Amino acid sequence: MFKDIEHLVRLALVMAIAAVAFVLVRATVIPRSFGQYGHYRGAAITEIASRPITFAGHQACEGCHTEVVDQKKLGKHVVVPCEACHGALAGHAEDPASVTPAKLDTAVLCARCHEANAAKPKTFPQVVTADHSGGIACDTCHQPHRPGIETAAKKIAEGKK
Amino acid sequence: MEITRRHLMLLLPSAAVAWKYVLAGTPESAPNYKLTEHWWGMLIDIPKCIGCGSCVRACAQENDVPDGYFRTWVERYHVADWEIERPEVESPDGGMQGFPPNQDSSGKNFFVPKLCNHCADSPCTQVCPVGATFRSPDGVVLIDKTYCLGCRYCIQACPYGCRFLNPKSNTAEKCTLCYHRITKGLTTACCEVCPTGARQLADLKNPKDPIHEFLRTHSVQVLKPHMATGAKVFYNGMDGSVR
Repeated sequence: MFKDIEHLVRLALVMAIAAVAFVLVRATVIPRSFGQYGHYRGAAITEIASRPITFAGHQACEGCHTEVVDQKKLGKHVVVPCEACHGALAGHAEDPASVTPAKLDTAVLCARCHEANAAKPKTFPQVVTADHSGGIACDTCHQPHRPGIETAAKKIAEGKK
Repeated sequence: MEITRRHLMLLLPSAAVAWKYVLAGTPESAPNYKLTEHWWGMLIDIPKCIGCGSCVRACAQENDVPDGYFRTWVERYHVADWEIERPEVESPDGGMQGFPPNQDSSGKNFFVPKLCNHCADSPCTQVCPVGATFRSPDGVVLIDKTYCLGCRYCIQACPYGCRFLNPKSNTAEKCTLCYHRITKGLTTACCEVCPTGARQLADLKNPKDPIHEFLRTHSVQVLKPHMATGAKVFYNGMDGSVR
């Protein structure tokens, strides 16, 4: 038999305690979801997904504003989503009474898309606003939800069809 | 001193409990949204982009992007005649306020919206030393900002320049593909406000998504295909000069 075997036993005990301490510390320090899907904290996915939204989405608008939906169907702006012009309105969709959309300045707003620029697609309707309107608000003549101007002649032509 | 039966009785169960705690990982997922049923990407139709900057403004508003930094931005290209290797590219304020009239309207001029490509084999996630950035099982490259150290490795690794260091939190930041919206069944903020439909969110695992029909019938590219990043932002009608 070995002499002074207590030395070895004591050493083994110290190592065993160290191993248990390591396991316990590791368990408390590393989040439980780490490694759930890969080398990262799985719970981070849920946290990122829980952020509140700012833009309500056009489906939310269309639920109430059906008259605007009908108007838009008659013109080219049918493809333009509501919040492209009206801005982020998730608050309004949530509580229509207390959050109301601001009145828009069409002289600035329409130019964002329709100001002439050589890089814009050739088929996209563009104007040089200074020449076209001289800076007056676009909704003086155009109805933004249905922007085509209906002349009397056009109306008669459509009526004949 | 020697290890008695009593010692063992104390030691072994505690070690076993601790080990079980280490191995366990209770799945936490959003209700009604299954990570394995989606594979997100985006389609960008360059001939439809009018450079209005709506996407850039919407992104900043939806995600609290700090001023002067962009999770998405729009570039204007000017390619003079045969100078395809040396296009002039500009993006004043990320295209947020639109673009001034062209200095030179000859040659080819067009807009290219850019954002994170949500690569399937992304270089940025591979270099993170702490596991703070990752590609989620539904194909979105995300950042766990509670884990990010701000070492900037990922910012250097991204071949598309899509990451930046948030000056307030000092953690890396990037497009999340509006993860908080797409998991609720909405589209991203940039796609929501695009007036011409130049940007469209695509779920490549959904067989009913119109993206499949589009990819079959159009000549579509990704940015820097030679880097084999598995980019999932598809560009239609992209000129060879786009970098």
